[in-house]
Amino acid sequence: MAGLGILKKGIPRGLALIVVVAGLYFMARHHGVPAGVRGTGTSEQPLAPDFSLPDLTGRKLDLSSYRGKVVLLDFWATWCDPCREEIPHFVELQNEYGDQGLQIIGVSMDDGPEPVRDFYQRFKMNYPVVMGNAKTGELYGGVLGLPIAFLIGRDGRISARHIGVADVSVFEKEIVNLLRSRAGSSSPGS
Amino acid sequence: MTLPVKFCHLLLIVGTAATTLTLPALAYQASLIPASRLINPDELVKILQTAKSEKPLTIQVGSHVLYTQAHIPGSEYIGPASSESGLQLFRKRMEPLPRNKFIVLYCGCCPWSHCPNLKPAADALHAMGFTNVKVLYIANNFGADWVDKGYPVAKGD
Repeated sequence: MAGLGILKKGIPRGLALIVVVAGLYFMARHHGVPAGVRGTGTSEQPLAPDFSLPDLTGRKLDLSSYRGKVVLLDFWATWCDPCREEIPHFVELQNEYGDQGLQIIGVSMDDGPEPVRDFYQRFKMNYPVVMGNAKTGELYGGVLGLPIAFLIGRDGRISARHIGVADVSVFEKEIVNLLRSRAGSSSPGS
Repeated sequence: MTLPVKFCHLLLIVGTAATTLTLPALAYQASLIPASRLINPDELVKILQTAKSEKPLTIQVGSHVLYTQAHIPGSEYIGPASSESGLQLFRKRMEPLPRNKFIVLYCGCCPWSHCPNLKPAADALHAMGFTNVKVLYIANNFGADWVDKGYPVAKGD
């Protein structure tokens, strides 16, 4: 009978706990975001996954080589309207805060570099653009819609993630906060 | 009170220019697709999972990089229909099909009102005489409105 008591009380609670934990794990995985990206405190902020990708001239760009700078990593494509709307603002931000340690990096999700080169010239882009791929997207939890931007602190940790268009004032505020922080990221993610 | 003629002319020129610049951008927005031609994700999932129902030819008309990361199982990738070259490939693939073929187009690259790929593809099929075409309504993006909902997903080419 004691066994039945456990079945009625103990096991259901244990099962409930397991189900909740498994559910949270499932949600974290299937939301397509690395678990740490959802962290809200500095200690929980994950390191931005490193990558080495060709820029528009074919040279490799390593994300890790920008450690010490505040990085705005923008996943975009030339055919993506909202992405195009953001680019001129990013050019302005790079002009304004570049000498303080901001580095914007575009990751194009176009199928090939030709339209990106043309776009780069037309929009007078002033920051590097690399050609992304599915692996890079998966490293960042799945880039399954554009634009998606990540703000990375000087310590290489992801501070914020923006899915879809965000107002430039939001980016600017977060960038200024991160630039003020000497070593790491200072503001919680979005 | 009457406005000076020159000012009126200026307003007319600015208005015409703004309209001319804006219309082409609006022309390819998915939000212009009639609601009767849309299908919701849950409806499509039901069709795909119901053994006896007619299965549509499901076609992704967006980015290959996004398709490789996640797509509807069994769907084909053709290319972004927002470009003329993509649209040509699309027409070439569709040409031999019977005009009553059940076809579902989807993209999910961007928020619905900003998707540049679906409207040209849907219009092309309409012009070619296809009569059984639906466009998958993805409000935000394929990640949020399909993958995150736990609907079936395949990866790779």
